[in-house]
Amino acid sequence: LAGLLFIFFAAVITLSVLGVVLSKQIVRTCVYLLAALLGVAGLYLLLDAEFLAAVQLIIYVGGTLILIVFGVMLTSPNPAYRMQPKAADWWLVAGVAGVMLPAMVAAVLSLPAAQQPAQQTPDGQAMRTLGELFVGPYALPFELAAVILLVVMIGAAYLARATRKKPEAVSR
Amino acid sequence: VAATYKQSRVEAQSATTSLVSRLLLPVGVPPWMEPWLSLALSLGAVLAVYIPMAGLMALMFIWAERKVSGHIQSRIGPNRVGWFGLLQSIADGIKLIAKEDLCPGGADRLLFRVAPYVAFVPVFVSFLAIPFGPDLVFEPALYTGVVWILAVLSVEVVGVILAGWASNSKWSIYGAMREACQMVSYEVPLGLSIVVGVMTAGTLNLVVMGHMQGGGIHTWLVFASPATAAALLMYFVASLASNKRAPFDLPESESELVAGYHTEYSGLRFSLFYFAEYIGMFIVAAVQVAIFLGAWNDPFGLIGYYHQRFTAEGNDLGLLVVNLAAGGVFFTKALLLVFVQMWVRWTLPRPRIDQVLHMCFKVMLPAAMVVLVVGAGWMLFVEPRPGVPWVDYLPWQWEAWAGHRLDLGWRVISAAAAVMALAAVCGYVLVSFLAARSVRQRLFVAEPIRMVPPMAP
Repeated sequence: LAGLLFIFFAAVITLSVLGVVLSKQIVRTCVYLLAALLGVAGLYLLLDAEFLAAVQLIIYVGGTLILIVFGVMLTSPNPAYRMQPKAADWWLVAGVAGVMLPAMVAAVLSLPAAQQPAQQTPDGQAMRTLGELFVGPYALPFELAAVILLVVMIGAAYLARATRKKPEAVSR
Repeated sequence: VAATYKQSRVEAQSATTSLVSRLLLPVGVPPWMEPWLSLALSLGAVLAVYIPMAGLMALMFIWAERKVSGHIQSRIGPNRVGWFGLLQSIADGIKLIAKEDLCPGGADRLLFRVAPYVAFVPVFVSFLAIPFGPDLVFEPALYTGVVWILAVLSVEVVGVILAGWASNSKWSIYGAMREACQMVSYEVPLGLSIVVGVMTAGTLNLVVMGHMQGGGIHTWLVFASPATAAALLMYFVASLASNKRAPFDLPESESELVAGYHTEYSGLRFSLFYFAEYIGMFIVAAVQVAIFLGAWNDPFGLIGYYHQRFTAEGNDLGLLVVNLAAGGVFFTKALLLVFVQMWVRWTLPRPRIDQVLHMCFKVMLPAAMVVLVVGAGWMLFVEPRPGVPWVDYLPWQWEAWAGHRLDLGWRVISAAAAVMALAAVCGYVLVSFLAARSVRQRLFVAEPIRMVPPMAP
């Protein structure tokens, strides 16, 4: 059953990612991206990683995807804007993909065989263990990530502020 | 103390055996069939119980909203179709199904058609994670309960934004933009106020939270500390905003934007947005009940006590009765909150979008931070009574609280205050409803207000 579900989710991810690449309307691309993210969340669920699935939904769907759509709405020249990739873009993408695909296949093949999780933690304990790991052994990377996000936020606020004219000059 | 606390929580966790699966699953199933059978059972439960229940609830809520708004505005509301107009929503549904399914010219047809489903399905999926009773849960081992509901609900916004975008209409896109701003910003105070409750409970699992609140009204999480009481109020405000309910219904403010993001929709797709909104109302109310207001437990702790006892005795019939009673209590609490949401909607005016965002970032967010710190401090400095009520101790016994008097004092005082406030509100509503005019008039106006006499034929 798990195998069948895996095939289902993998098919969803593959098809929707193809849609992301091949669709020419940027908002439709976002919808395909939504389907891909949902499929990845399904894969996490298959791996008994409920929390990861939920966080995936909150951050990528609830945050990133909405911001993408929001940005598109604010910046798109007209609603029916269609992207027309040039030949140079095709060659560039083909080159990157041609290098990355064999590298990733090689990396996956060189991994040790997949293992079942060694010890199923009792349900209530998984979250507790995760939290203790975050503030214990992995406190430094965790805090570093937080600091990086803070830096990004301040930078974004600074950029947004710097481009703004003085309010008096605009209103008079 | 901490070790026994943890241990008792694990026991409460393992007590969440699925009564339904125990009753329904036949015994001698070959092992290869088990996952298929449980999959079939879950699908059956979704199709036979959850979908009809959600649909019926949405219909009844729409009817109730019209009745409540009618009474608040001194009207009668729907009263022609069926008893008290109960069948009005069904009649409206038939009318909507019969309507033409329009798609505006210049719209993105695919997205326009998909968007209502993207908005509706997440709301329905999060419906599955709500614990209606100790064993009336779709998946008792969903250890991320609260986060799961938040995560799935965050998908709904995408549907609304897509609807606004694909309609190719100014009103729709304004509605969608407002929705995006509002949802993204109000998710933060919403999450923080939930974190206060989760921190106090020490678990994300809604079922375990329910068991922890099973020892009477003073063990409900609202009364655990001043911070959780404040978090309850903040959650209520933020949930109104995140569910686009008035006074935060800017995405569809009908006085400015026609109907906001669903301006261009008609027929069944239009009604899907309504279903999403009304089921969403119930879900945010149910999360509030499950985290803060004692989940399925009655104020006297009877359900918690009998559930523990029957589980220990293996009394399946008793468990069934307790679960049904628990479901009734849960629904009553959630419906009361839904009523309050409607009441707020028809009482308060709508702010502007900049006022809404100002309130989120400059009022509610700092307040949520303060509440979070106060809650953490309370947990550090006021020792709570550890353990699960009815498992480790009898919560009504004074001796069991030795060394935790401050905790008990706060709980009892705040519970008494809340009960009095609730009784006052209920009494006011009841008296004014029975008297068919406000209490103030009854108290201060000497002459009774006469009904307008019927016109002479």
